[in-house]
Amino acid sequence: MPRTSTLQVAPHADHRRLRARAPDKIPVALTVNGTATQLKVAPWTTLLDALRDHLDLTGTKKGCDHGQCGACTVLVDGRRINSCLTFAVMMDGATVTTIEGLAATGALHPLQQAFIDHDAFQCGYCTPGQICSAAGLIAEGKAKSADEIRELMSGNICRCGAYPNIVAAIRQAMGRS
Amino acid sequence: MINFQYARAHDVADAVRQMAADPTAKFIAGGTNLIDLMKEDVERPSRLIDISRLPLKTITETADGGLRIGALVPNSDLAYHPLIEQRYPMLGSAILAGASQQLRNMASIGGNLLQRTRCYYFYDIATPCNKREPGSGCSAIKGLNRIHAILGASEACIATHPSDMCVALAALDAKVHVTGPAGERTIAFSQFHRLPGNAPQRDTNLQPSEIVTAVELPARGFASNYTYLKIRDRLSYAFALVSIAAALELEGATIKEARLALGGVAHKPWRDTAAEAALRGQAADRAAFTHAADLLLRDARGYAHNSFKIELARRGIVRALTQAAQGTPQPQSNKKIL
Repeated sequence: MPRTSTLQVAPHADHRRLRARAPDKIPVALTVNGTATQLKVAPWTTLLDALRDHLDLTGTKKGCDHGQCGACTVLVDGRRINSCLTFAVMMDGATVTTIEGLAATGALHPLQQAFIDHDAFQCGYCTPGQICSAAGLIAEGKAKSADEIRELMSGNICRCGAYPNIVAAIRQAMGRS
Repeated sequence: MINFQYARAHDVADAVRQMAADPTAKFIAGGTNLIDLMKEDVERPSRLIDISRLPLKTITETADGGLRIGALVPNSDLAYHPLIEQRYPMLGSAILAGASQQLRNMASIGGNLLQRTRCYYFYDIATPCNKREPGSGCSAIKGLNRIHAILGASEACIATHPSDMCVALAALDAKVHVTGPAGERTIAFSQFHRLPGNAPQRDTNLQPSEIVTAVELPARGFASNYTYLKIRDRLSYAFALVSIAAALELEGATIKEARLALGGVAHKPWRDTAAEAALRGQAADRAAFTHAADLLLRDARGYAHNSFKIELARRGIVRALTQAAQGTPQPQSNKKIL
């Protein structure tokens, strides 16, 4: 099989992927926030780009796009993952929950309320990832103390430095869960 | 990231067959390292062979009292598995020392073994790197090398292996089961990863088209006297500057059996059987631990920015062996210097 041509591209220009030939789009079935969804995506479409660009679910944020910041955290089959580091085609058949689908209709999720109660953000860019990650953490049931919450939330960076309030918010939500 | 074709493997034999048919293809499982490398154009596969649905996700007890861990078990599932927590807590602790929970939920056991170095120059395609582009030179050896190797490096490459889990697997004397075009074989963990020599592009002794199917642990788990001590620039979610897997079996105050392996210091998990032999039969005290550390570091060599690692490793070994002897392993959520 011939290799795709590889022209020089600027670093981080991967959102303008070069297309030496027409992309072979692949059907993918996902259940996203309770709704069965059919997509056709190129194999190099990340789950993050599928959610944001194909399904218009822009609550999930693209921060570093390299699995280092956690802004893209979603729940797949109930487990928290970095949606920037998985291809949508690999998720065929999966159930995905994003920040838009976390709460029951018409109410805030206890974590959303706790983040408001504790002022657990400033700019808010990391917050959808923080809240999805915290929902995964609570479901895992491994963190009990504040130290354990901090360790198991270390995949979510907050450049504003709202960490003490994030831990307080998660502790409040754990008490309610 | 370049365009690529995508195909699923139906079983292990099909995966091997598909790979043998296209040497520019790559297997993908969790994808947490490969996709990152593809975004940086370090990896440019023509085709991804998705092995993530293969039935390699079970953890079973072996006839000789050990465990066989399927290559596709997620890192987090292994760390929290009851048999790991009870019998191999050093392995669980090492896994939880690495990455973040999101990454551990995706990353596979086989993929953890096969992850590439985090040397900055390997990641930066604008710079020479013998591992990425054989013969182009090593940018680290005279460049920024604070995170680089102090043991077993070569003029061609001073990169380190980034895994925490593999350091514990080396100390535990694990085996790696692989399948290739010629059938199945088993590789001792100490023989799985390579030193760089003059072929740093080869991280492991896997042959073309071979796939990791399982990791096997022997019965001995050192559940009473162990620690996995990781020292890094941040308190969490950073690669090791130095990490130490230390495990002891004691008879009273005497060391009956010892295991000692280091991460962050070499191109492979660095286990030193001479240092282990020097501990056997000795009283479990500071003098014995310091002697073992000196022995392990006898050939250590620093570069412009990483010589501090030699003393850091020496102190870390003594501290880790002390924690192991006292039966007070350092949990990964405890950041205090104990």
